[in-house]
Amino acid sequence: MALVRFLIRRILSGIVVLWVVSTAAFFLFFARNTDIVARQLAGRAATTAILQEVTRNLGLNQPILTQYWHFLGRTVTGNLGLSYYNGSVPVASIVGRDLPRTASVLVGGVVLWLVVGLSVGILSATRARSLFDRLATVGVLVGLSMPTFVLGEILLLAIYLPLNENGYHLVNTGYVGLSSGIIPWAEALILPWITLATVQAAVYTRLSRGSLLDTLGEDYIRTARAKGLTERRVIYRHALRGALTPVVSQLGIDVGVLLGGVIVVEQVFGVGGLGQDAVSAISNGDLPVILAFVMLAAAFVVIANIIVDVFYAVLDPRVRIS
Amino acid sequence: MSLSEIEFQAKAVEDAPEEGIQGRSQWALTWRRLRRDKMAIASMIVIVIIAACAIAAPAFAALAGHAPNTVYPNTGLSASGGPVPPGTHGFLLGTDELGRDLFVRVIYGARVSLFVGLVTTLIATVAGVSLGLITGYFGGWVDGILARFIDSVLAFPYIVLALSLAVVFGPSLPIVIGVISFFTWAGISRVVRGQALSIKEREYIEAARSLGAGPWRIMFIDILPNLLAPVLVLATLSIPAAITFEATLDYLGLGVPPPTATWGNILAGAQSYYSVAWWYLVFPALALVITTIAFNLLGDGVRDAMDPRTERVFAAGRKKRRKRRTASPPPAPQLPGALPPTA
Repeated sequence: MALVRFLIRRILSGIVVLWVVSTAAFFLFFARNTDIVARQLAGRAATTAILQEVTRNLGLNQPILTQYWHFLGRTVTGNLGLSYYNGSVPVASIVGRDLPRTASVLVGGVVLWLVVGLSVGILSATRARSLFDRLATVGVLVGLSMPTFVLGEILLLAIYLPLNENGYHLVNTGYVGLSSGIIPWAEALILPWITLATVQAAVYTRLSRGSLLDTLGEDYIRTARAKGLTERRVIYRHALRGALTPVVSQLGIDVGVLLGGVIVVEQVFGVGGLGQDAVSAISNGDLPVILAFVMLAAAFVVIANIIVDVFYAVLDPRVRIS
Repeated sequence: MSLSEIEFQAKAVEDAPEEGIQGRSQWALTWRRLRRDKMAIASMIVIVIIAACAIAAPAFAALAGHAPNTVYPNTGLSASGGPVPPGTHGFLLGTDELGRDLFVRVIYGARVSLFVGLVTTLIATVAGVSLGLITGYFGGWVDGILARFIDSVLAFPYIVLALSLAVVFGPSLPIVIGVISFFTWAGISRVVRGQALSIKEREYIEAARSLGAGPWRIMFIDILPNLLAPVLVLATLSIPAAITFEATLDYLGLGVPPPTATWGNILAGAQSYYSVAWWYLVFPALALVITTIAFNLLGDGVRDAMDPRTERVFAAGRKKRRKRRTASPPPAPQLPGALPPTA
């Protein structure tokens, strides 16, 4: 019951956040730029008459508050407006086409990153100062110092290129839908996943290692050992649960960083997801697409934070959902 | 004990030669520890070399005989119109797809990276320290608002702000500096605020207040010096983060607009040519990664030197220290009547 009340409250406040973000973005984008947009759309040699017609067609000649009212009205019904390019297709259909691509990169990357980050962290904490621990520490340092796009480009040069030149088409770029089978889908996405995961996993390896080492020094761990529990049970049942709470709260903070990583990865490997749409919309001045991206990003951050908070309460019995 | 005996002892203390114990400040101790850290010293040397290259970039350009943004279609492009490999026609690291000198461009790229790294760190540190100190010291509702604000900044997707600003103002260097500073000060502020909260309850702050010191004096003269160690570590580690951040924004076309030679811009161009010109990708990537690793290692070294309790992040040098530790303590004097040490 407490969980339901918590979820309702968080969803309501999430909707308020979305409204604030979309309003701010709307006024930021549309209050100033209309002339520039019209000029870009109409081409360099456009006459004033053509410019005015373009502005009128896009509805940019109306007072900003009227435009805002229209924007709110259609956004609530799920209509994200029409793209200025791409033959004026609805933005909602662009989102529908490209969201699965972004989601594929995101989900696979996050799973890989958490699995690698946590397991390397746990292994180096339980074998502190071993060769593995030292190698992991060096790996973490390189991972932390490597920008995502550089790692992606290096993987293209060092793995994708030699494999494909020699006829082994094991890894691909671009995007293949899940409908054509899991294997082709994963072949196209494995490099994006590795890229996204490596840079982030470094942070989590360091964090989970430190946190687990701290937790292993606590009294309740000694109690558990004194009860005669096996070391495996002590670590995975008792210590890990306490050690994961700082990791989970860091996860809430990193949602924003993750979004940036996804865009970079899409750009490097040509996945053609929403991030790539947004970046190319910048150079076109395709305001409805950018606005939709900003709103989706905000929604993603809100939802991810709700999930993180629920996890937090599940992991740490001392945290009460309220 | 007679009075004369006490006087005698006091005189003996006064007459004692003032040598043997030499006071060392925290900074002197830190420097001594840092100096022994081979990794940190090596990183420092690497950073100095990179900085020297950046400062002397025009000299390198003159030496190579190529300007950073000039195209050399006659010598810099192969017969088929592609980039030429390293060492051709005096192009030390080869050329890019337009026939520009990659070596000169990479050297010029260091200027932008180091400039952005240092300037954003400076802005973020000054802003983060001042805001953290003020709110941590005064507490109350100001503090509550700032804590919330810091949390939201840390969770805000940087890419959304960068995209929005690029839409409204167009990408440029000042916007890059603004975006990076905006996302860096919050982390520094959070640490400073936490420290200020605990330090302001100490006795010596109480003493300063009872002597009539005002809040500003207490904040910046009494509390701030005790915060410098963590702030210095955070600042050192935020330089590589800023350099990475700047390169990423450039790569996405949200940063310094081309044709300015920045590592991010060069690598963005290399994206389409890596299969025919590996040098185009490898050299700027190396420059970027070596720089950030050097700053990260230096930051780790500074942290270890400031706080000897922290565990070393990089394993090198640990063996040596352990050996020294086991060798250094002198054998405990055998006290009469003490139990013999168990073997």
